[in-house]
Amino acid sequence: MKKAPHLTDSKQSPLEWIVSNVGRVLISLFVPLVTFLVLWQGFIFLRESQAPKVVISMVAIVWGVGGAGLLYIVANWLVEKLPDQWQKRMVPFVFVGPAIAILTWFLFLPTLRTLYLSFFNNNSTQFVGLKNYIAIFTERSMFESYRNNLLWIIFGTAGSVSFGLIIAVLADRSSFENYAKSLIFLPMAISFVGAGVIWRFIYYYRPVGQVQTGLLNAIVTALGGQPQAWTTLLQPWNNFFLIFIMVWLQTGYAMVIFSSAIKGVPEEMLEAARVDGANEFEIFFKIIIPSIQGTIITVTTTIVIFALKIFDIVIVMTGGQYGTEVIATQFYRQFFSNRNFGYGSAIAILLLVAVIPMMIYNLKQFGEREAF
Amino acid sequence: MTGKSRKKLNGFILNLTLLLICFVWTIPTIGLLLSSLRTRADIAASGWWYVFPHREWVSKDTIQLDKETIDLDKPIETQFGTFSDDQLSAGVEVNGQQLVWKNRRERTVDIKEKEWFFIPNLTLQNYQNVLSGKQYTYIQPDGSSRVEQGDDLSGALLNSLSVAIPSTVIPILIAAFAAYGFAWINFPGRRLMFTAVVALLVVPLQLALIPILRDYVSLNLNGTFLAVWLAHTGFGLPLATYLLYNYISTIPRDIFESAFIDGASHFTVFRTLVLPLSVPALASFAIFQFLWVWNDYLVALVFIGSKADVQVLTMRLADMVGSRGQDWHFLTAGAFVTMIIPLIVFFSLQRYFVRGMMAGSVKG
Repeated sequence: MKKAPHLTDSKQSPLEWIVSNVGRVLISLFVPLVTFLVLWQGFIFLRESQAPKVVISMVAIVWGVGGAGLLYIVANWLVEKLPDQWQKRMVPFVFVGPAIAILTWFLFLPTLRTLYLSFFNNNSTQFVGLKNYIAIFTERSMFESYRNNLLWIIFGTAGSVSFGLIIAVLADRSSFENYAKSLIFLPMAISFVGAGVIWRFIYYYRPVGQVQTGLLNAIVTALGGQPQAWTTLLQPWNNFFLIFIMVWLQTGYAMVIFSSAIKGVPEEMLEAARVDGANEFEIFFKIIIPSIQGTIITVTTTIVIFALKIFDIVIVMTGGQYGTEVIATQFYRQFFSNRNFGYGSAIAILLLVAVIPMMIYNLKQFGEREAF
Repeated sequence: MTGKSRKKLNGFILNLTLLLICFVWTIPTIGLLLSSLRTRADIAASGWWYVFPHREWVSKDTIQLDKETIDLDKPIETQFGTFSDDQLSAGVEVNGQQLVWKNRRERTVDIKEKEWFFIPNLTLQNYQNVLSGKQYTYIQPDGSSRVEQGDDLSGALLNSLSVAIPSTVIPILIAAFAAYGFAWINFPGRRLMFTAVVALLVVPLQLALIPILRDYVSLNLNGTFLAVWLAHTGFGLPLATYLLYNYISTIPRDIFESAFIDGASHFTVFRTLVLPLSVPALASFAIFQFLWVWNDYLVALVFIGSKADVQVLTMRLADMVGSRGQDWHFLTAGAFVTMIIPLIVFFSLQRYFVRGMMAGSVKG
């Protein structure tokens, strides 16, 4: 237990006591005030300044990182000034308070506010009841999005999971496991926008007779075929060319997780099966897959949620045109282009409803833990 | 076949298959990198795979056919044989030489021979052009020149850093404090609050965009770095708190006991014991969050919008796709600029990187 300083020098005169306490209160007010002033000045500087880019960036980084640290230090300094009992009450708030405040502002309240907005018209001035929800379940363009999202979820997930599993098994027995895994995992580092450029270049189409500089059309024409505009024509098959980009990006994730799960399958079990004359395919389907079933379910769920929210790839590749719209791009279009907040909110709520099973699962898992 | 040699063959097939998959997986990125190093004219004239040694037809001689007598609808006689107009348009091969119209109207025919090209013509010019905001003049194949505006990606690169570094450090700091609070301080409502954190783990960030944008507009915060940091902090916090809680709550209590007995406050214990012990978890999450923010497009698009001097790399690149969709010399270099830092992180911190991405994937 810490001793507060004023208990030790209790022989002060009343006047001294008052002066020292008033002084302490003043300092306690002064320090936070200065902190806020400094931070505010930093904010104004960043917003108004015409200084060179590099200077602004450095100031921004120092201000942002330092400011957050400073707020904690000052808050803690203040709390330690309090009498013991209050200190005990306040400490949890210093630690947990900021996180709870930000979560409330940025996730919890917005969820309720979005739900509220979804019952209002485009500029949120008139209550319209379930009209937005009826609209998102009856409009043709939304049906197209549902169909496409379903394609993303089914084929994107199946592709990532099966490629990931196959590669994990192959890499486990190969002589260059780590290199192979690095190369497959590498696309995880690339942004969807960057990946969009990479794949636009691969799918690039020039009219018949010109040199095809896009890889896919070059291969197709070299084999005697006709060049195609892969992502714009051939609806709805063009969706699959977009979905493959997701498979390219997500396989690495699935592979890494499967790889560590496969290493957990007991070697004796595999040996015993081999002694009994099982071939590698039987081992794969009858031993490896059942042993890592739990991992497969987890990875699948994660990728399904990822596919549900897919946005960047579609925006960069086609902008949602040519029959490639998905739920998240519809949301963006309603929200930004059409400024229809009610409709956009209804779509966002739809996304939330779709992830609720996952939320319940997480909460269940958490509830089963003894730690708390 | 004996068992041993069959095993060897199986191993060979397995390695070959894996090699092939790795090749297919890597080709897109390699193609982008190589293209970004080629000149504007080269990119338009041939695929990027032409940087590898290859044979190409090179003009060796030109023959002039009789302008008066030759009718393009009839077989055309030359000293090398008789061909149709279509054949000469597409190029026709005779004894290892290729005959192709040089100028159909003038009736001149190029005689080409195949030659090896070993040394590719590579340049860093595209990078210079996309990084600076200056104007550049190109000489086009037909001799005319064309002025193009460079993209100011170096500014966007700095913006990306200014967005990504605080957006990584701030949530980690806040989450580490909160994780410690949840794990080691007893206070009323603890369980309820942490349950809320778990519930918020999978909430799609789309839900927050409209209300937060409204708040930002009324606070006049839109288009500032602070707005984007706060947004990324909010969206990253549930995961950060959850992961760091999992880690910090497993630190053995004995480690703190003696510090508390010595009269250390929670703040001191947190700063001197918990933070240093949690470095692996902090690093893994930091890498995940940094890449998430660096590669983010949607949050930046909504909260930065059209403010050009704050725009981050992904936004600029997406804009370039819209406005310069055919200028592959720009797009490939631009895309690679956005990838450089993630790739450096990937190759230098691979172990943490993989761990971070695995842990962070719940976010989707």
